[in-house]
Amino acid sequence: MNIEMKGINKSFGTNQVLKDAGFLLKDGEVHALMGENGAGKSTLMKILTGVYTRDAGTVLVDGQEVVYKSPQEAEKAGIVFIYQELNVLFDLTVEENLFMGKEITKGFGICDKKAMRKKAQEVMDRMGVNIPINAVMSDLSVGQQQMVEICKALMVDAKVLIMDEPTAALTQSETEGLFRLINDLRKKGVSIVYISHRMEEIFELCDRITILRDGTYVGTENIKDINMDDVVRMMIGREIGERYPKREGVKIGDEVICVENLCKGKTFQNVNFRVHAGEVLGVSGLMGAGRTEIMHAIFGNLPYDSGRVLINGEAIDIKCARDAINAGIGFITEDRKTEGLLLEKSIAENIELANLGKVSKKSVLSKSKGRELVKKGIEEFRIKCFGPEHECNNLSGGNQQKVVIAKWVYTDPKVLILDEPTRGVDIGAKKEIYNVINDLAAKGVAVIMVSSELPEVLGMSDRIMVVHEGRVTGIIDAAQADQEKVMTLATGGTL
Amino acid sequence: MGNTATKTLNKKSWTSYLGEYGAFIALVLLVVVISIISPDFRTAGNFLNLLRQATFNGLIAFGMTCVILSDGIDLSVGSTLALSAVICAKLMTSGIPALAAMPIALVVGTLLGAVSGLLVTKGRLQPFIATLVTMTAYRGLAMILTDGKPISRLAEIAGSSANQFAFKFAGRGNFINIPVPAILLVLSLVIFYFVLNKTTFGRKVYATGSNAKCAKLVGVNITKTKIIVYALSGFMSALTGLLLISRLDSAQPTLGDGYELDAIAAVALGGTSMSGGRGKITGTIAGVLIIAVLNNGMNLLEVSSYYQDVIKAVVILVAVLSDHKR
Repeated sequence: MNIEMKGINKSFGTNQVLKDAGFLLKDGEVHALMGENGAGKSTLMKILTGVYTRDAGTVLVDGQEVVYKSPQEAEKAGIVFIYQELNVLFDLTVEENLFMGKEITKGFGICDKKAMRKKAQEVMDRMGVNIPINAVMSDLSVGQQQMVEICKALMVDAKVLIMDEPTAALTQSETEGLFRLINDLRKKGVSIVYISHRMEEIFELCDRITILRDGTYVGTENIKDINMDDVVRMMIGREIGERYPKREGVKIGDEVICVENLCKGKTFQNVNFRVHAGEVLGVSGLMGAGRTEIMHAIFGNLPYDSGRVLINGEAIDIKCARDAINAGIGFITEDRKTEGLLLEKSIAENIELANLGKVSKKSVLSKSKGRELVKKGIEEFRIKCFGPEHECNNLSGGNQQKVVIAKWVYTDPKVLILDEPTRGVDIGAKKEIYNVINDLAAKGVAVIMVSSELPEVLGMSDRIMVVHEGRVTGIIDAAQADQEKVMTLATGGTL
Repeated sequence: MGNTATKTLNKKSWTSYLGEYGAFIALVLLVVVISIISPDFRTAGNFLNLLRQATFNGLIAFGMTCVILSDGIDLSVGSTLALSAVICAKLMTSGIPALAAMPIALVVGTLLGAVSGLLVTKGRLQPFIATLVTMTAYRGLAMILTDGKPISRLAEIAGSSANQFAFKFAGRGNFINIPVPAILLVLSLVIFYFVLNKTTFGRKVYATGSNAKCAKLVGVNITKTKIIVYALSGFMSALTGLLLISRLDSAQPTLGDGYELDAIAAVALGGTSMSGGRGKITGTIAGVLIIAVLNNGMNLLEVSSYYQDVIKAVVILVAVLSDHKR
């Protein structure tokens, strides 16, 4: 299917998000759509699929002008959008989700369970994913839920598949499975629009790339003809220098946190590690390896069976988040939307909530102290907003993450745990987050950074801890580490 | 990704102001309209009367606002009111002076509320079910304690003359010509406003209702916060119960039946989100006054009580719908 979008304009209120944007998709190609957050990628695709109506411009599908009035209409025409935000029914099973609204029936609305189970299993097998189809969605990991979403799209005979950050929550092996599948689909003539912030993936997978900036079309190139620096330049209109800024002259000091023999049932066993002042410990591993759970346990959010945590050489008893915070631990969780932020509240309320002690006197809030702290946060972390009252819902991913980081940094942690700190964040904001991590390290904070992005772990850490099935399989110096070594450890191998 | 960021770039539109002050605008319109139609309505005497009528629902609705803000609901307010009131009356019949019995009743009400809170937090029951349980149980206990019969002539058994005066003063007294309950209403409004907007506890209530997971991770004690809001609601119910038995000079086990619905209606009218995290105590007072003005106005205009309920329902529906649309 060929799709041509020309001269697309779209405004929300007085704010124009697309100005003369365009896009040309050829039959059977994987086409990357890139741009910073807010560049209009998702909006452009939502216009194509009938989620939004366009103010101006034309959309030609195989030469015919079309206006889809709803995503259902677009789906009927064979254009399916897999959203970044999971669109799943958490209380239902995998199978029920896959067939939601498209149940196979024996007539009279009676579901043909057998046929559905068979077809569901087929699709899962084709994807190479191993998720029981009768599992309840809420019991699955985010990565698994995402795979179900992708399978759901494949249930429909899609001719064009639009994927918005599909790998954001996937493990390496799941990602590989997805790529195999995308390559299969390409061979069958399916066109794929691939929206991602991950350069490596784009260069590995895509045929062509279109870049948007501030709602306008910048250009389309063959992936073979350009390199990553070109893409970044096109995206942000300037150079950003090195992707992973160096920490220069940061002295690694005394040991701050020491985790000894931490165990929890089958989730993780005998976890031992230490982090020093000014050091960044990268934590790598496949999804479901137990990385996140270990961090939750350290933070008192997940009870553990045995073992202990020492801060500055002193064993601390952590039963809840409050205890951890009092001991000097901060925790930027993996899912900023459900755990990191009060989305419907302002930047001010979010920053103040984590620092109630600082902005109040005898439990009474001090307006001036609160305002001062929030203003400082917005300036220091360069949060793009209208002001302290800006609702977090309306911030871009990167800026939301900056709010979460700001609120934790002001609790003056001795140890800061960051779980997937740059997920769903664009290149410019990523770099700012890396700079923040470096600044913290320079101030003597012990940083623990959990990440599924290998280049990031390699580029930012002093040492790398690798977790495989709940066990630490190795802690290696970043200087001696490479992608291969980390992956070997992450899959249970030895060096 | 970017589209949510751009959707509401205009900081505050006039519709959002309308949403914020919608309940007040509706209240003013209502007062103006009824004042024009009914000369009896616009007398000072009637306004004081109206304020007194609003008090009982208002005090309960303030507690209810906190519970709803924390993503809960309290169906037990009417029963808590009755049980605390009956216990107060029972204590007085057994010879305990009013000035001792009344504080005890307040403590009892607070504890009854805390029980709901414990069921919600430690018992992991959904607030609706937890307070349905306490609502039923408290009403039954009130019936058992009184054998289903009212306890009357309370002022006479209140104790010494000082006790008698205090007991009558609570629900019937005036202070510089303003009914005591109305003064309590204003005082409570000020206190609740302060607590919800100016204290760390208020922030915790909003945060709990907005996203308990996130609040917990920044160290907010969700369990404690929830138990406190239910206890607060129980306290406000008990306080209302005392004002009622003072005014009626009698404690009935059926007291406060159905009060939970008026309180919830007032909170909803005031624009508080039923899923917690969003809402204002000032909205609730507007909601309380709207209901009171409607009741009072329609009575003065001699609208049949059957129609009154339908009209009230329509007003609530319109208010909540317009809140949704914004």
